[in-house]
Amino acid sequence: MKKSCSSQDRSDRSPVGVEVVGLSKNYGTQTVLKNVSLSIKPSEIFVIMGPSGSGKSVLLRHIAGLEAPTGGTVRINGLDPTDPETRDRFAVALVFQAGALFNSLSVYDNLALYPLEHRLCPKPQIRDRVMRALKILSLENAAKKFPSELSGGMKKRVAIARALVMEPQLLLYDEPTSELDPVMSATIIEIIATLKQEFQVTTVVVSHDRDLALTIGDRVAILMKGELRTISTATELRHNTDPDVIDFLNPKIDLKNPRYQKLEVS
Amino acid sequence: MKYTQPLFESIGSAVLLAYRAFASLPTAPRIIKRVVEQAYLGGYSTIPIVAILSFFIGAVLALQSGISLQNFGAKQLIGTLVGETLVRELGPVMVAILLAGRVGSATTAELASMKVYQEVDALVTMNIPPERFLVLPRLMAVLLYMPIITMIGIVIGWFGGAIVCQYVAFIDVDAEQYFTNLTQFMTMRKVFDGLIKAEIFGFVVMLIACNTGLRTRGGPREIGFAVTRSVVVSLLSILILDYFITKALA
Repeated sequence: MKKSCSSQDRSDRSPVGVEVVGLSKNYGTQTVLKNVSLSIKPSEIFVIMGPSGSGKSVLLRHIAGLEAPTGGTVRINGLDPTDPETRDRFAVALVFQAGALFNSLSVYDNLALYPLEHRLCPKPQIRDRVMRALKILSLENAAKKFPSELSGGMKKRVAIARALVMEPQLLLYDEPTSELDPVMSATIIEIIATLKQEFQVTTVVVSHDRDLALTIGDRVAILMKGELRTISTATELRHNTDPDVIDFLNPKIDLKNPRYQKLEVS
Repeated sequence: MKYTQPLFESIGSAVLLAYRAFASLPTAPRIIKRVVEQAYLGGYSTIPIVAILSFFIGAVLALQSGISLQNFGAKQLIGTLVGETLVRELGPVMVAILLAGRVGSATTAELASMKVYQEVDALVTMNIPPERFLVLPRLMAVLLYMPIITMIGIVIGWFGGAIVCQYVAFIDVDAEQYFTNLTQFMTMRKVFDGLIKAEIFGFVVMLIACNTGLRTRGGPREIGFAVTRSVVVSLLSILILDYFITKALA
């Protein structure tokens, strides 16, 4: 599939689907993912939730092609995401939890890197493409800044803008609202929903954020201790009867819990 | 087995890294800007320290050989001794050691932090091979600047020796006689041998630095360990390779 320079010929860059079948991952003796199978449809927002250490980010890294499975398969439109040919064929963008911006490059150069390296179009058109992405994320004034000069929220938005410049067919977010204040979290959630609506891009979001999952997720998967517990729509998830899922989605803070009493200084 | 397996793993990954980097050589025109940038950072910026180091190495060599040779009445051979030692041995080795300490350590630190903070992963997801984007420009740059800075170091070392010969009273060999002796036995072959050594040392140091940086796992603490490992392995490699290259060129 030929890469486009402008978003106008998006018709030949249709969103992709993801198939994960029996995925297992071990690091030495530690099992991180156990026989995970799921299917992500083109153009949907698929949210993967779960407690810390449940293997969400590892699953996302497999979908991005950054990790090879110990067992099972991951396929993007039937192709192996770890194969550079697949990455060449489908634009898959990953928004990292900490942004992973190139610190030695300005915001503009961070965004222009992908089209420049792949020689997608002439420099003036690359500039238009970068400026358009910056405008969508309200970052026009940050173009000349370096990542070290940006706040956490701005870094996340730059990371999303960088992904947007790739005109991805599959857009992956790793904890997009972590470490952000509620207002900035809401902004990021709106951006994710808008981008999906605008570009019909298949979106996979890994998050702890219940509001994010239930607000914008077309379907939500819950991962616990490396095992997939459920995949359902937001409405179905609210009525889930699995006690672990209920506890995870509705955590109760009980200050009379004996666990906290032990901390009291007598 | 405990030590040999990681050793062979490192050698294997370094060879693979070099192969992957040079496999993307056809894309070299698009990385010229980064090659120039790396040549500036690694080569041009290193010249002042190479100059200072080489000047004093040449000076000390002249001083030491002056003390020894005057006992045999062979002070006029100081030029030959300083010239040959710098060209064939000390010039390439000292510049390579300097490269390992200054440029190699910085390269490892930069690539290791890029790895730890997922910038390398970001490149992979953009389908920009790190070997092409990060490694090839550095390898090409070191191959360009290493013979140049080594030659600059050698010539400045010669002048360091000349100044000692001219102005240290007990040596009392004038600069003209020093350079006449130096050039008398100097051949292009010897200079060429020295530059081949420099080229190999430079390539190996940069490859070790890149490989160690890109193999870093974990957090910020590992970046420090990676830098130490890179410098130690580079220094050992320079000295071990020096023996074998000298033997091969003899």
